[in-house]
Amino acid sequence: MSKHPRRLLRGTVLVCALALGATACGGSDDGNSGDKKVGSADIQAALKKGGTVTVWAWEPTLKQVVADFEKKYPKVDIKLVNAGTNNDQYKALQNAISARKGVPDVAQIEYYALSQYALTKSVADLKPYGAEKLADSYSPGPWNSVQAGDGIYGLPMDSGPMALFYNKRVFDKYEIAVPTTWDEYVEAARKLHKADPKAYITSDLGDAGLTTSLLWQAGSHPYKVDGTEVGIDFTDAGATKYTETWQKLIDEKLVSPIAGWSDDWYKGLGDGTIATLPSGAWMPANFASGVKGASGDWRAAPLPQWTKGATGSSENGGSSLALPELGKNRELAYAFVEYVNSGAGVQTRIENGAFPATTKDLNSEAFQNTEFPYFGGQKANKVFAESAKNVPADWKYLPYQVYANSIFNDTVGKAYISGTKLAQGLKAWQDASVKYGTEQGFTVEK
Amino acid sequence: MTTLQPSAATGPRPAGPPARRARRSWTGWGFIGPFVLVFALVFLAPLGYSIYLSLFRTQLIGGTTFVGLDNYQQALQDSQFWGGVGRVGLFLLIQVPIMLGLALLIALALDSGRLYGKDFFRISVFLPYAVPAVVASLMWGFIYGTRFGLVGDINDAFGVKLPDPLSSDLILASIGNIVTWEFVGYNMLIFYAALRVVPHSLYEAAEIDGAGQWRVISAIKLPAIRGALVIATIFSIIGSFQLFNEPAILQKLAPNAITTDYTPNYYTYSLSFSGQQHNYSATVAIVMGVITMIVAYVVQLRGMRKGA
Repeated sequence: MSKHPRRLLRGTVLVCALALGATACGGSDDGNSGDKKVGSADIQAALKKGGTVTVWAWEPTLKQVVADFEKKYPKVDIKLVNAGTNNDQYKALQNAISARKGVPDVAQIEYYALSQYALTKSVADLKPYGAEKLADSYSPGPWNSVQAGDGIYGLPMDSGPMALFYNKRVFDKYEIAVPTTWDEYVEAARKLHKADPKAYITSDLGDAGLTTSLLWQAGSHPYKVDGTEVGIDFTDAGATKYTETWQKLIDEKLVSPIAGWSDDWYKGLGDGTIATLPSGAWMPANFASGVKGASGDWRAAPLPQWTKGATGSSENGGSSLALPELGKNRELAYAFVEYVNSGAGVQTRIENGAFPATTKDLNSEAFQNTEFPYFGGQKANKVFAESAKNVPADWKYLPYQVYANSIFNDTVGKAYISGTKLAQGLKAWQDASVKYGTEQGFTVEK
Repeated sequence: MTTLQPSAATGPRPAGPPARRARRSWTGWGFIGPFVLVFALVFLAPLGYSIYLSLFRTQLIGGTTFVGLDNYQQALQDSQFWGGVGRVGLFLLIQVPIMLGLALLIALALDSGRLYGKDFFRISVFLPYAVPAVVASLMWGFIYGTRFGLVGDINDAFGVKLPDPLSSDLILASIGNIVTWEFVGYNMLIFYAALRVVPHSLYEAAEIDGAGQWRVISAIKLPAIRGALVIATIFSIIGSFQLFNEPAILQKLAPNAITTDYTPNYYTYSLSFSGQQHNYSATVAIVMGVITMIVAYVVQLRGMRKGA
């Protein structure tokens, strides 16, 4: 099963190589795109000519890929710059774009942030470079996330299909079953906290990424986006399911009030006082590096369901590589992005712990059979790959999600520290998002 | 008729000096030029640019348009902005008197000459001022932690349950504590320096007149350092209104208690860097600057009038 696609790939590369010289084409039909505005021939010519490409990204596995790429194309110089992680980098990027100076040629942009750049035409449409031919090679969630309107504004680099990470040692100790529905999750939370008042099912102080991912899984569609027309509504059936369940966890003080990624949080994950973590498939690498002491304790399970027996899932995090409109060396930049996200770079990145967005790799046996020493030898990728398949592709983020997320704790956060209900908090978030959208010139349906 | 003559005589006289004055004034500019240039560049240009920015509005959809004073009108009705102003106002009313009171007490104690280890005491009170505000906030953030911080350790060690300093009820007081810790030494030094220049003959005269220590303090020392008190108060007012580092750092630990509009400065930062609303951010900054100037000026007027 795994051999056949590989042989096919090798053959494709050979054909490409014969036709165009050594190429970065990972797609199978690059050879036909000569009539496009920017054909493979142009890209090949650019690769031969060489040049410099500046890349802003914080993804650690890129380092090796850059080295490989430069080895393959000695005339191309990739400058990999870490301009900060997510929000910090977006601030820097936005400032560079406003100043029209110092804009990188390639930028890592998370899916939730991409549409903002696409809408303002700050990043280039990749269709002229043949990006739409890659459509079938990506799983639906990420591929949907890089599109806005008619354009394709980035290539998916990784993805974060959700899973429930749980501390098996704690669950075994208190003889709690791993929850398969969110109702069972609440039950497990009660049982655990009763057995050990210091232990909590999870930690949550209000996290926009988690909330939107859970809404996504619950089948809610809070954001409707059509160009500059935007609708925001947190009251549909899916959202109600989420607020009713999560409200119980907050009211009964079953979630630990610890901010994610803080020192306390890592300690809690390590000592069993935070017993589960619903998160994206990119999390294992963070477990292995940040919670070394708990190696062997944790496992991955499918995300609990809103309806018993369902298999719904969603994405949490994940990034694309995009080409800022003001960047230079467009052909080279695209060649690099394709190499990383569709070509040989994918395998290199998987080997270094990244979670791919390409279906070929997600379904490969070698990938699915990888045993995670940290998870006691569990073949966790099977859980993640199954989750990736079940992500509904119809989710939309706001074209100004970066800002909306920045005010999440101002509004929804109130539900965690006062008598405000979660639903009221979401309403406040909705109102603030509507206000901002209107100020920014969007047509916001109220 | 006779009156005409002087006027006629004075007529031509002014014609001479202007030419000479003009020449002189150019020489003057030569000297003052470099200063004016730097002054204009580093003081006036940023102010001018902010005011220029505040007259426009840039939207994600629609680009940049000239909106006149619309941004100012919006700022004056912005509950988020005024909420922040109210918060720093409350902070000012409570934290500044405590901090200055403590600083004054320490300065008077040092000046009384009755302390052992005076130099050590002085340097250790002053030392926190040398710690950068960001570092101080991070440090206090660790201390405040109820799980793994000092507060948590105390809770565990003594089996007590101290209130959470990072809860939304206490966070402002916790920030006040950090700021007080940072700036007591600085203000103490201002007061102490002012006390040192009071002539000792006054104290001797007071002693001869039979005045006690309290009388000396209230009748000689405090009036003598009134100028320093006013200056320190004005600095503290400006500092309170500019509160930023402490809430910005603690926000990571208490994201729900500290909102992105917690203080006016933090609000302008959020507007600018999260919301891309540079124009409105500039407006809020200018309005806040004007408020600060007014309050500082009022305090100065009052302080000086009492002093007179």
